[in-house]
Amino acid sequence: MTLTDLTWVVPLPVVVPLFAAGLALALWRHGRAQGVISVVALSVVLISSVVLLVAADEGPLVLDVGGWAAPVGIDLVADRLSTLMLTVSSAVTLCVLLYSLAQGVEDGDAETPIAIFHPTYLVLTAGVANAFLSGDLFNLYVGFEILLAASYVLITLGGTGERIRAGTIYVVVSLTSSIIFLLAIALVYAATGTVNLAQLAERLPDVDPAVQLALQLLLLLAFGIKAAVFPLSAWLPDSYPTAPAPVTAVFAGLLTKVGVYAVIRTQTLLFPDGRADDLLMWVALATMVVGILGAVAQNDIKRLVSFTLVSHIGYMIFGIAMSTELGLASAIFYVAHHITVQTALFLVVGLVERRGGSTSLDDLGGLAKLAPVLAVLFFIPAMNLAGIPPLSGFLGKAGLLQAGVQMGTPLAYALVTGAVVTSLLTLYAIVKAWNKAFWQTAPAAPPATRLPAGMVGPAGALVVLGVGLTVVAGPLFAYTERAAATLRDPVQYVTAVLPDGARGEGQSAEVAEDADAAGEAPAEVSGDVRDDGAQDDNREGDG
Amino acid sequence: MIDTSPSLALVATIVVLVTVGVYLLLERSLSRVLLGVIILGNAVNLLFLVAGGKAGGAPIIGQTDEDAMSDPLPQAMVLTAIVITLGMTAFLLAMAYRSWQLNRHDEVQDDLEDRRIARRAAADQAAFEDADADVTTTLDEDAALVRDETGPVDQGAAGGPLHATLDEAAAAGRANRSGGEGR
Repeated sequence: MTLTDLTWVVPLPVVVPLFAAGLALALWRHGRAQGVISVVALSVVLISSVVLLVAADEGPLVLDVGGWAAPVGIDLVADRLSTLMLTVSSAVTLCVLLYSLAQGVEDGDAETPIAIFHPTYLVLTAGVANAFLSGDLFNLYVGFEILLAASYVLITLGGTGERIRAGTIYVVVSLTSSIIFLLAIALVYAATGTVNLAQLAERLPDVDPAVQLALQLLLLLAFGIKAAVFPLSAWLPDSYPTAPAPVTAVFAGLLTKVGVYAVIRTQTLLFPDGRADDLLMWVALATMVVGILGAVAQNDIKRLVSFTLVSHIGYMIFGIAMSTELGLASAIFYVAHHITVQTALFLVVGLVERRGGSTSLDDLGGLAKLAPVLAVLFFIPAMNLAGIPPLSGFLGKAGLLQAGVQMGTPLAYALVTGAVVTSLLTLYAIVKAWNKAFWQTAPAAPPATRLPAGMVGPAGALVVLGVGLTVVAGPLFAYTERAAATLRDPVQYVTAVLPDGARGEGQSAEVAEDADAAGEAPAEVSGDVRDDGAQDDNREGDG
Repeated sequence: MIDTSPSLALVATIVVLVTVGVYLLLERSLSRVLLGVIILGNAVNLLFLVAGGKAGGAPIIGQTDEDAMSDPLPQAMVLTAIVITLGMTAFLLAMAYRSWQLNRHDEVQDDLEDRRIARRAAADQAAFEDADADVTTTLDEDAALVRDETGPVDQGAAGGPLHATLDEAAAAGRANRSGGEGR
């Protein structure tokens, strides 16, 4: 089987950046070498993600780490959803890295100490990849912690007063959500005796429904804070805008989406009966509307874009909450679209700040004449975000609206209305920013700087990538539909991880012990060991 | 299989720790928040131990009978969680110290932009000022000047109440309003 040959690619997106981070840290005196290491490492990640994306279309790739069989050991699972997320995110992280390299060349070390930046950035990438690939709830937590620890360092980079102020909010809120996540894991383990996602999918239906609901809501609460959905989103616009532009861009693109990914994964795999769907619908509506109203009120372009980020998370939650194949497919498509567009927008806003000397819309002006290329770079992702046809934002929204109308319940129609209103208000907020930053006469003469080509290039590449998603929207949507079909059928995931219903494909001494205890010949053990006894034994040997 | 019914003493301890932790987490001073995080983290760690069931023998094959073994997995997870909490504690401490270096206190500060927008909203002012030189009047002013075909309107009466609600900040722009008609 050719597929099994490719399982060695699965851990690369996690291992390569981690190894490179160590190397970059060791070479902290040599900025140029660090840059080369980071670029090479992230390129390798991108290539292996694309390989996985193609390979996972045939069926999920499962790696039992260290050769330990699945429920006993930790497994990495690359299915359609995770590889798509991985591919988009690694393309984005590579672009942002190139942008920040150019910024480092321009600005020197003062604002962003490069020696720290590179290793931390690589660790962040590893954490994101680990979260996407993890087939184990506790490993997902570890992935979250890796990326969060890196993000704490990145958001307070340089330790200026403003960044410490913003970082405080971010760190405390994130720590709280981590504790809630850990609490949920402890309760999940207490209820089922496992933290392996595939095994949880098998065991959770037997758990008391009330306990199930409590676990589901706890996990949603933890992921909701990370994904910044409405009542839990207040931290985001306060903390993101003060970080350096590339850091904000990668946070906005990836970190909230990791939360959304975790929601998709747990909702479809662990709690497929969708008992929280109505709640998620309301949350989605509130996130969309409240978020965009915040954006309308803002006067600072970075904060404005941060609020649109919160608002558009609502679209993805809407897609998840519908629990239909089309809704889920549109949500996944929307995540892919939003990662590229939001990151591109933040990078371009960084350029606007550099060219116009401010992020306040009152002080910006006349940039359309001063920097026409910049104007184009802002205009395209901005219109894409607002959902102007034929760009990918429109296609994602159209899919969501179609799914909502298909569903046909009053709540779904309310969501459809909310989505359209949000889209229009996004257009309003974005056009306001456009008018003031690019068309109004400049209140003060902007600083006479030129934008370095090294920064415009990667930002432009991301904008092109965003437009490229529109061009390949047909195949991409077909892919997300297949991904959604896989997600709606958790049995596929479970059989991929636990082929014989109880054990993964790795080796474990425990299997032999089980066999001895059961009085069977060791050779037959990999066959059928799914009985009541196996459940208890697994519990003892898990991890 | 070891008995997994929860121990009352552990549960009571967890309840107390969570209560104290949440209370401290809501404080404004970062060092208290830090203590809250540590206490909450320990509460969750204890919860893992409860999840693992009663303490048994060392989980080593050949040393303990399989039925009397402790569940080793929660202990492994607790160890991981302790290490992570340790790292986060160190970072939070460094951040609190940096905050004290900069501000001579370690309190979580208000977001200035939020405060600014809230102030403007309370004063019913526009969220932003339009610096476009071509337009020095507001829509309300223009509306007051345009003749309405449906009937004779006293301009002063129509303009009066509208002007009362106009943005104070635009007053400077209104000074050269005589030229505004030419829009």
